[in-house]
Amino acid sequence: MKPAPFKYFAPSTVDEVLALLAEHGFDAKILAGGQSLIPTMNFRLAQPAVLIDINRIENLFFVREEAGELRVGAMTRHRTLERSSTVSRLAPLLTETMPNIAHPQIRNRGTIGGSIAHADPAAELPATMLALRARFKLASASEARWVEASDFFIDLFMTELQPEELLTEIAVPALPKRTGFAFKEIARRHGDYALVGVAVLLAVDEENICTDANLVFMSVGNGPVVGEQAQQALLGKKASAENMDLAAAAAASEDIDPPSDMHASSDFRRHLTKVLLKEALQTAFERAQKA
Amino acid sequence: MATRYFGKPIKRNEDPRLLKGQALFVDDVNLPDMLHVAFVRSDYAHAKIKSIDVSAAREREGVVAVYTAEDLGDYWQPGPLLVPPPPIAGLTFNQKTQVPLAKDRLKHVGEPIAVIVAASRYIAEDAAEDVIVDVEPLEAVADLESALSDEAPVIHEDLDSNLSAHVVQEKGNYAKIRAQADVLIKRRIFYDHGIAAAMENRGIVAHWNAKEQHLKIWDTTQAPIPIQNGLAAMLGLSESQVQVVAPFIGGGFGPKIMMFYPEEVLIPWISMQLQRPVKWIEDRRENFFATTHERSQIHDSEIALTRDGKVLGVQDVFLHDAGAYAPYGLTVPINSQCTLLGPYDVPNYYSEFKAVFTNKTIVTPYRGAGRQHGVFVMERLLDLAAKQLGIDRVEIRRRNYLTPDQFPHDHEIVYQDFAPLVYDSGNYQPALERAAEMIGFHDFIKNDQPAARTAGRHLGIGIVSYVEGTGIGPYEGARIKVDASGKVNVATGIGTQGQGHFTSFAQIVADQLGVTVDNVRVVTGDTCEFHWGTGTFASRGAVVAGNAIHAAAVGVRKKILKHASEHLEAAEADLVLDNGAVHVKGVPQKSVSLGELARISNPLRGAVKPGMEPGLESTDYFGPERGTTASGVHAMIVEVDPDAMMVEIKRFVVVHDCGKVINPMILEGQIHGGVAQGIGNSFYEELVYDEGGQLLNASLMDYLLPTATDVPHIETDHIETPSPLNPLGVKGAGEAGAIPVGALFAQAIEDALSDYDLEILEIPLSPNRLFELVHMQAATKQES
Amino acid sequence: MNTQIEISVKINGKQYSAAAEPRLLLSDFLRHELGLTGTHVGCEHGVCGACTVLLNGEAVRSCLMFAVQADGQDLLTVEGLAAANGDLHPLQAAFREAHALQCGFCTPGFLMSLLPFLQDKPDASEEEIRAALSGNLCRCTGYQNIVKAVKMLLEESNSDPA
Ligand SMILES: Cc1cc2nc3c(=O)[nH]c(=O)nc-3n(C[C@H](O)[C@H](O)[C@H](O)COP(=O)(O)OP(=O)(O)OC[C@H]3O[C@@H](n4cnc5c(N)ncnc54)[C@H](O)[C@@H]3O)c2cc1C
Ligand code: FES
Ligand code: FES
Repeated sequence: MKPAPFKYFAPSTVDEVLALLAEHGFDAKILAGGQSLIPTMNFRLAQPAVLIDINRIENLFFVREEAGELRVGAMTRHRTLERSSTVSRLAPLLTETMPNIAHPQIRNRGTIGGSIAHADPAAELPATMLALRARFKLASASEARWVEASDFFIDLFMTELQPEELLTEIAVPALPKRTGFAFKEIARRHGDYALVGVAVLLAVDEENICTDANLVFMSVGNGPVVGEQAQQALLGKKASAENMDLAAAAAASEDIDPPSDMHASSDFRRHLTKVLLKEALQTAFERAQKA
Repeated sequence: MATRYFGKPIKRNEDPRLLKGQALFVDDVNLPDMLHVAFVRSDYAHAKIKSIDVSAAREREGVVAVYTAEDLGDYWQPGPLLVPPPPIAGLTFNQKTQVPLAKDRLKHVGEPIAVIVAASRYIAEDAAEDVIVDVEPLEAVADLESALSDEAPVIHEDLDSNLSAHVVQEKGNYAKIRAQADVLIKRRIFYDHGIAAAMENRGIVAHWNAKEQHLKIWDTTQAPIPIQNGLAAMLGLSESQVQVVAPFIGGGFGPKIMMFYPEEVLIPWISMQLQRPVKWIEDRRENFFATTHERSQIHDSEIALTRDGKVLGVQDVFLHDAGAYAPYGLTVPINSQCTLLGPYDVPNYYSEFKAVFTNKTIVTPYRGAGRQHGVFVMERLLDLAAKQLGIDRVEIRRRNYLTPDQFPHDHEIVYQDFAPLVYDSGNYQPALERAAEMIGFHDFIKNDQPAARTAGRHLGIGIVSYVEGTGIGPYEGARIKVDASGKVNVATGIGTQGQGHFTSFAQIVADQLGVTVDNVRVVTGDTCEFHWGTGTFASRGAVVAGNAIHAAAVGVRKKILKHASEHLEAAEADLVLDNGAVHVKGVPQKSVSLGELARISNPLRGAVKPGMEPGLESTDYFGPERGTTASGVHAMIVEVDPDAMMVEIKRFVVVHDCGKVINPMILEGQIHGGVAQGIGNSFYEELVYDEGGQLLNASLMDYLLPTATDVPHIETDHIETPSPLNPLGVKGAGEAGAIPVGALFAQAIEDALSDYDLEILEIPLSPNRLFELVHMQAATKQES
Repeated sequence: MNTQIEISVKINGKQYSAAAEPRLLLSDFLRHELGLTGTHVGCEHGVCGACTVLLNGEAVRSCLMFAVQADGQDLLTVEGLAAANGDLHPLQAAFREAHALQCGFCTPGFLMSLLPFLQDKPDASEEEIRAALSGNLCRCTGYQNIVKAVKMLLEESNSDPA
């Protein structure tokens, strides 16, 4: 379990990275926290010819507030997000998500950019980012563009990122008033990837009528899955237990088509989605009333 | 003799080195000029090799040699049969053992095909990818049940089927008693046991020193001496030219006693070929394929009882998955067969099994070694009987226990050590009562459980018992010597993998010789220090080696007394050994230190008197006539969340009887570890294969070992029924924690989900599986 | 591709310099280039935790870093825990006292994972302790005595006014 040889670059500026990507494109891989990439290299499932280590690029490490939004540099470590008061103030859903990702020893290295770029369907951050309606800044030597999370995740480990592009920054809009949130997952063991997880934003008006519901599931498809039917079951309706049940049932039967694997059958995943969504909606609703 | 140390929780001698990162493990051996090995292994479960092209690998820079089966010449031999079948009448046994490198057939994924020797492991792995193996894939035998059907492909071409062995053992007359029974309960039961997954993978370093004509091997083996002797024979060396060291080992649990792994045969040979030190360290992926497993059995079992719950007999017919080869003979299925009887008085028993070759990794003992399977069957049958007859689960066990006056108890069948299955001693009921009391069994059922249920929570309780044949022969030995410094050296042949032998053995010696434990240095597993013995298996370290050490210590004590009596001019009866010296009782100024005595007994001038041997040294052996029988009861309370099907262990109680206890702290540690592995087996770990014989979860990401949040606090207590078979009165304890946990899970979860009326007849479980079982049960109910 | 890169790294307070191929894992570099074999390797895919070391004070998997990435950094390995005179670090002593190790293979990883945890959470509950331990696998102890060692240490330091 030793990685195959590669050519190694450790540039110190984004421009250098973009130039290297322009030159090596398909042959190159970005090395961020390495917590997903290096295991696959050790198993020799990935054998990139060129590795571009972005751990020395100081201006990819930041967490700040900008125009009421949360802005995070792609190299921000999971642990930094978890502990940041800026994050917990502007995007508490993110703070609630972080401890579910692996263990501190992994989170000390793993990065937000890496998790998003890797787009593991069982990973927490893609789902949470989608729920938060985050935007991602993708830069190449020729241009930089912002892509909505909803346009970014395409398929199994496939994203809108082009081979010559680098994810540099993540923007997360702050939560509007009377918007609640919740993150719930079920994993076999503490820190494992989830069997099923849900990330929820729910907004209600003064009459507790749902004005917004963004519900995202993980581990039930080829990427984070948005619960559109479930959303329809809530929007414009009272945030009642009955409507939440209806939403959960719609999610389980219509929104997802989960795979079966050694950890859970498709049926069990549907069942868990229903259970978790109900819980998450309840929590989000309680929070929304107070927010 | 004063017992200042025996029975006390003495802190371990070996810990400081381990804690500081200064203990030597095999992969820590780095020698100048050392070469590194990687293996090309089969990607196929079953295939014919058409050709192997290693030319590109040989040309790669940094590669020193590449070997295939063809390059081994006469050195290529199937491995030895480690344990021949026991003397059981009418038994069939088709001997098939593993080969060092596959020649023309591939019989399981991970089977070695070629060896690459290179300047680094990194380069060796690069070159392994250069090797082109052209194969014709064959249909794989992956399913245990269909492996014996006429349509199944035959794995070993010279056999007519995949039958590895067929054994029938009988006691009394089950068929006859069946006709008289009030109650018959028959079920199909499935038990799958996983892998040892020691934190340290296997590894070997071999160094052939041509000038000294000496081969030194560091091996993660539980049995250094048999490795030494076997390798010497294979390599045409004398045994004294081969030194095998089993240094600190990062956990064994059974598979590290397998002999000879292909790598064990090849690495020393390569070192001799290339005249350089050679290292191979198994990586985690290899460990999943190349280190032996334990796996499944399917039992068709029936129990016959009287109306009041007294067992009249049991019939059990089962299939056992042996894997591609069976070098370990019948040890695992015989253990299942024998341990099924447990602590119970079963007058009539019919047991028949077929061991079956499959295209999977070899099966050899892993902690429990088939005992789990047997215990699961019997405990489940008793639970079903209790339910059907409306008898309390504690009571049905109580009614069927062997009573103290029935020992020694002959079960009239043959055990894995070839001896009749005779329990030396036991007293089961006190452990049951104690466990029931500790966990509050009846109070829980009367009060806590209904209260929780009213509150919408699903709590369940389980209680199971088991016996474990431990400490079997043939023998171990030890040599003990007092140095001129007064320090005591103990050498024994077994390897040690964390059981605390450096300390528990020192305790035995310290008591005999009147020294402190930290003045006793124990060396295990170095064939240069001691070269008689077999190895650490079947929970036998403390029993067999412990008693050998005790005997040798008694021998040294005798010498000390003899020399001291001369030196101090006092009768032996008046001498006391204490504080590293010999004193004359009542005359404290008359004393001599052990160091001084050691010098006196080994004079540089003068003569050693006739009848005396120089030095304070003694070697002795212990060979038990048969194994001792440890036993115990486990009880557990669980809460099941019927939505997520997650199981939380609320309490776990173990009451254990392993005779006299040398070091209770170490013993409890063994129990904790065993229970943790039992929990893994019951609810987390499962080798998942597809129909093609591919293992789908060969990583620690997907093969789930329990973590600190999955293993509960374990409450322990002990009952002491000393073994009459050895002077120390000890019984083995190494496997006890793991054995009954599957049965306990099934019972407790059934109890927690009693609303759903489940019958759990399989292990491992998982949230997903519980969900399926509940839904299947609901569907059956709807139909009926 | 086999170009060697010069690495200069501080480990346990001591400066080391050595050249390594970029693909060399930090775990292999520590163990086989520098002879610091106290750091163990059990899986090389980040799960077992045996290879855990402190990188600038934070616990990380040394099997999931390349040695070149440690250039210019500050590492602590298990060899750096005991006092210069050989006395065990209080955490090591607690492990011995509580019988928190059997084969000892996993132990260095547990010690290194616990060190920053104990600083972060000097008043950790049993539940928090178990969660903190869950990123390290031990196959021998069932974890109970590791939990005990941590509790013992915390009680000791909480009752110690200094
Ligand atoms: C034992 C273990 C358990 C884990 N458990 C979980 C878990 O429960 N949940 C979870 O979500 N994750 C888990 N992870 C994964 C961990 O969170 C990873 O850190 C994360 O998925 C990837 O982040 P990284 O920074 O390590 O990325 P890397 O491994 O460095 O990179 C991952 C991929 O993204 C690409 N990439 C990285 N950064 C960029 C960028 N800025 N621009 C373009 N491409 C980029 C890389 O080229 C690579 O293809 C676990 C990992 C381990 C080892
Ligand atoms: S070896 Fe690094 S986590 Fe297992
Ligand atoms: S003590 Fe052996 S793995 Fe932990």
